[in-house]
Order: sequence, then structure tokens, then C-alpha cells
Amino acid sequence: MLDLTKYPSLGEAIREALETWPNEVCLYESDRGEEKQRLTYKDFKLRALPLAKWLQDSGFAAGDRASIIMTNQSKWLISAYAIFYCGGALVPLDYKLKPEEQWKLLKHSGATVLITEYPIWSQLSTSAGRAETDQVRTVLVTETPANAELAGAIRWESAQGDGEPTFVARTRSDLACIVYSSGTGGKPKGCMMTHDNYLEQCVALTTWYPFWPGVKYLSILPTNHAIDFMVGFIGPFTCGAAVVHLRTLRPEYVREAFPQYQITYVSLVPLVLKNLQKGLQARFNELPSGKRRAFELLRKINIALTKSRPRRPLSRLLLKQVHQAFGGRIEAIIVGGAFTEPQTLQFFYDLGLPVANGYGLTEAGTAVTVNDLKPFRADTVGKPLPGMEVRILNPGADGIGQVAVRSRTVMAGYLNEPELTAETIVDGWLMTGDMGRFDPCGHLQLFGRKKNMIVTEEGKNVYAEDVEQAFESLPVKEYCVFAANYVWPSTSMVGEQLVLVIHLEHGQSYTEELRKEIAARNSRLINYKRIHGVVVYGEDFPLTASLKIIRVALAERLRKLPRETAIVPI
Amino acid sequence: MRTIEQTTQEILELATKHFKVEPGSLKAEDDFYKKLGIDSLQALEMLSRLENHFRIELPDYEVQGVSDFKTLAERVQARL
Repeated sequence: MLDLTKYPSLGEAIREALETWPNEVCLYESDRGEEKQRLTYKDFKLRALPLAKWLQDSGFAAGDRASIIMTNQSKWLISAYAIFYCGGALVPLDYKLKPEEQWKLLKHSGATVLITEYPIWSQLSTSAGRAETDQVRTVLVTETPANAELAGAIRWESAQGDGEPTFVARTRSDLACIVYSSGTGGKPKGCMMTHDNYLEQCVALTTWYPFWPGVKYLSILPTNHAIDFMVGFIGPFTCGAAVVHLRTLRPEYVREAFPQYQITYVSLVPLVLKNLQKGLQARFNELPSGKRRAFELLRKINIALTKSRPRRPLSRLLLKQVHQAFGGRIEAIIVGGAFTEPQTLQFFYDLGLPVANGYGLTEAGTAVTVNDLKPFRADTVGKPLPGMEVRILNPGADGIGQVAVRSRTVMAGYLNEPELTAETIVDGWLMTGDMGRFDPCGHLQLFGRKKNMIVTEEGKNVYAEDVEQAFESLPVKEYCVFAANYVWPSTSMVGEQLVLVIHLEHGQSYTEELRKEIAARNSRLINYKRIHGVVVYGEDFPLTASLKIIRVALAERLRKLPRETAIVPI
Repeated sequence: MRTIEQTTQEILELATKHFKVEPGSLKAEDDFYKKLGIDSLQALEMLSRLENHFRIELPDYEVQGVSDFKTLAERVQARL
């Protein structure tokens, strides 16, 4: 890999990689099992530079911001590099958000350029949010059918400048990306990530999980997500490795991709990992009894031989069929975005498929701790990566306290939110809001959250405040949404739920009609943001002088109610 | 050529069979995540079933954000 300490910016590091490995494949694109595209580092450069030149000719300059809203594909990474080449800052946004949410974040980010795909643009261009976001002057659209109406946008393919673009140098402390960790409904939280943040994180991660030319990383998590941006773009591209994109993300095509490309690394959210486990277990259960006994014996031998460290070649021999289904080259399955149950992690490790489970947050520059596999531990989220200082604040008698992180990978702050930044980064320490403790071996274990939020198994962060607007003008006196575990602290990290707390008008009762109204509004929310129950609270909510709900005080009062009976399912 | 009503009906029947729910309990307006209690992966599996049944290809972007049978049927119908 490149010695990243030498480079002042992501753009410069990738530029060097394109010259270092011109003939190595950097991108594969497959759709429904059929390979549609294969690009070398040289091809990548030949596609990115004309776009960079076009952007420069259109006035895009150092420090300007450009957003990408695309599904995982080669043009995502090509566009990102072109933006960095021009000295711009990238605003990667989630393509799964609703158009009005995307416009809101575009406006907040200050992006003047938007690069997107036609199906996304056809929704964005007709959304009301467009009129309020006139700072977005240039829109480039890929996948546009012939004769399609572009509504003021330009075809990505035609954005080709003539001649050499000028490479615009950036320094380590310059803004590289604005990443929205969450908060589409309430206050947008735009994490300002510097070039230093990313380059340091990349060094830390690849120290434990190296990439090299020939490695194939299967990119399934959306590239706007901090994990895929790092291990599905920056990591492989600074090591001469390749990224595999699938244009149709159905479980059967994902399964096929492993043997088709002999995948080395993949990142998954717990939901997908659990689904894989279910599928494999069902296949093991179907084995005839003789074969099953033989398989169990081999699994036991594998467990015994890999107790202290993974022995991949040996596991591949012992459990050949399982490994063949995964392509026979897996180094590690990276799991992140949410808490994973230890038994799921252990299931894969016992099959000789190391799982790099870890803990991180966008604000910390992706990963903070990762399993170092020396030995594998399913019951922790691993040890701090090189360069990460992690400490437990005000630990109780059980050693549990808030996890704080100090590192060069910690963001510069939240965009346009100095107060929130000051609350989150105190004396250089990032307050994660997660509760944890270290075990005697230096592994971090997590025990619930201090924050009024949930993280779903799909890795989605949902802040309770963001869900509240769905219940606006609900016919009750007052209402408020809470993460149930925030009100009633729990050390469990699975099955987190949101609840709606309502205070009825004098004489009003919780009728079937009201329940239906709540259920109807709830069903209009995207599935992972939905509330799971209602708490009917009989007293006035504590309010500030400006009539805002004092959530901490309300949660304290609610805590006195027994959780089991207080929450009524809707 | 099927009518949209026929397409909707066939989707409801397929979902009923695939997720083993009481026949007749699913309606076009139902939110399938909620009604079937399924996650995003199971929804993707259902899409693959629909593709095989109707012999069509439903690109991921077309079903992005769709959560009720009625809208799903419209997307399928447009591809028939």
C-alpha cells in the first residue's frame, strides 16, 4: 500500500495510486450475475479527469462543495475523485432518503453541484424542496434514458472537459467531506471530516486488516455510509485493490457474487449477517444425518484449531463446501453500523470465517475499536485501533461509564452547529453517548446508550426527535417520542424501540379512533423509524420558559412507571 | 395482458403463500413491512419471487421507498 503519511490529502493519495497500479483492476460492476464493467486504475483516471476538467471549467473551485446521491457504482467513485481533484469537499448523501429530506441536507451542506442518477433525479426535480435550494447550480445525472426530460440537469456522460484539469492541492486540515450521520427530521448533523481524519483512519484500519493488489472488496453498504466510504473506496484505492459493485442487491445475487469474484472482504450490517446465518443453518439442518455428523465433527476440529487465532487455509480445507460458497478467499467479514449478537459472530468464526466486528461512529471517523482476532472474541467490540485513545468516563461500581474517544480521526465538528460541537467534543474528547467498559484484556464491551436514539439492525441511527414531526397536530395535549432504553436504561443493545408518549386533554381518553390515527401516521414513516408503542402519561410535561419540552426531566418522571405496563402496543 | 387489479391480486396471493399468512388477510393498501412483520431483506426476497412469477426485471431503484402492495403492483404493471 501507499505510505499515507506522505500525502496531504485524499486526492493526492488516490492520484498516486492511479499512477502506481495502472494495470490493476480497481472496479468490477455486475448486474444479476453478469459482469457489466471492469475498470483498471488507468481506465478510472481516464474517466475521472475529463469530469474534473468539466467541473473546473464550470467554475467549481477549491473548497466548493459537491454532493453525490447515487447507488453503489463506478460513477460514484469516479465522481468523488473528480471532486477531490478540483480541491472540492464531498457531501455524500443517502439515496434512500425521501427527496424533501435530500433537498434539506443539500441546502444545509451548501453544495453547489449535485451528481445523481436519473431515477433519483426524476423524483428530486419534481419535489417542492428544489425551489428552496437554489444554491445547487449544477446537476449532473447518470443513467438517463434517451429523450428523457432532464429538468435543467446535464447528462453526466456529456460533462467532459477538453485538456488537462489542474490538480488543486489541499492540506490535511482542509474539509474533505460533510457526512450526515443522522437527523433528517430535526437538526441535520453534518460531520465535517478532514483529509487528516480519513488518511489516519485508513492507516489505522489497514494496519490490522490490510488490502493489497488482488484483494476484492464486495461493496454492499451504501457508499455514502462511513464504513463503505472507507473500506469500499479509500482503503482499497490506496492499496491497489479492487471494489466489486452489484447493481441489483437481492440476496441471491449477493450470494452469487462471493464465488464469482472470490471476494476477500465484505462489510455487512448485522441484519444481513443474521440472514446469512439463517440460510446456512437451514442448509446444515437439511444434510442427511451421516453427512451432518461428519460436518459437526469437522466444525469442532476447526473450533479447536482456531482458538488462539484464525487459520484460514486450514479452515478452507476442513470446511471446504462452506468456504467454496463464499468464494474460498475470505479474509474477514467486516460487521458494523449496529450491535451484533455474539452468537451470530461466533457462528461464522466457528466456520473459519473471521468476523471483524467493531464499534465506531461517523463522528470518530468510522471505526474506534475492532476485533484484532488475537484471539477472536464474540462478546466484545474489540480493542482500540492504533492511534485511538479510548477512556471510560465516570465509571460506576461495575466499571461502566460513557465511552470517550480522542484521536486524529475525530471530526472537526458539526457543520454550522458550534454549540452542538462544543457539547460533543469536550477538551479534545469525543463524547460518544454510548456506555461501555474495558475488560482485563483491553477489549471494549458496550452496555446501552446515554442518547435518546436507537440503532436498528440495518445500521440506521434514528433520533427520537426526528420522528416527532410525523405526529404533528395529533389531537392530544402534548406528545413526545423517546427511545425506550433512554427512559428505562437497559444494558441490552438489541431490539431497541421508539415509543410515543402522549398527554391527553382534560376529559379525553385513549380511544380506538386515536389509536388508529397514531397507527396511520406511524405507517407513513419509513419502516425503521416507526414507533412500537404508546405511553399514555397523565401529567403535564415539564417545559422550558420558551415552552420546549425538557426531555431529560420528562424521561426521569416516566422512569418511575414500570416499563412493561407503561408501553401499550399500537 | 393483465389488468392492474389482476396484478394486485396475484401479488397478494404470492405474498400470502410466501409468508404463510391467512388467505384473504392481505389488502392492496397494506404496508407489507408492517402487516407481514418483515425486514428489508425479506422484502427483497419477495421482489425476486415477483420477478420470477411475472417474468420481469424490477430494478432496485424502481422499488426504492415502496412499502405497500398497491404501489408495488403499479411498478410491476409498468414493466409487464
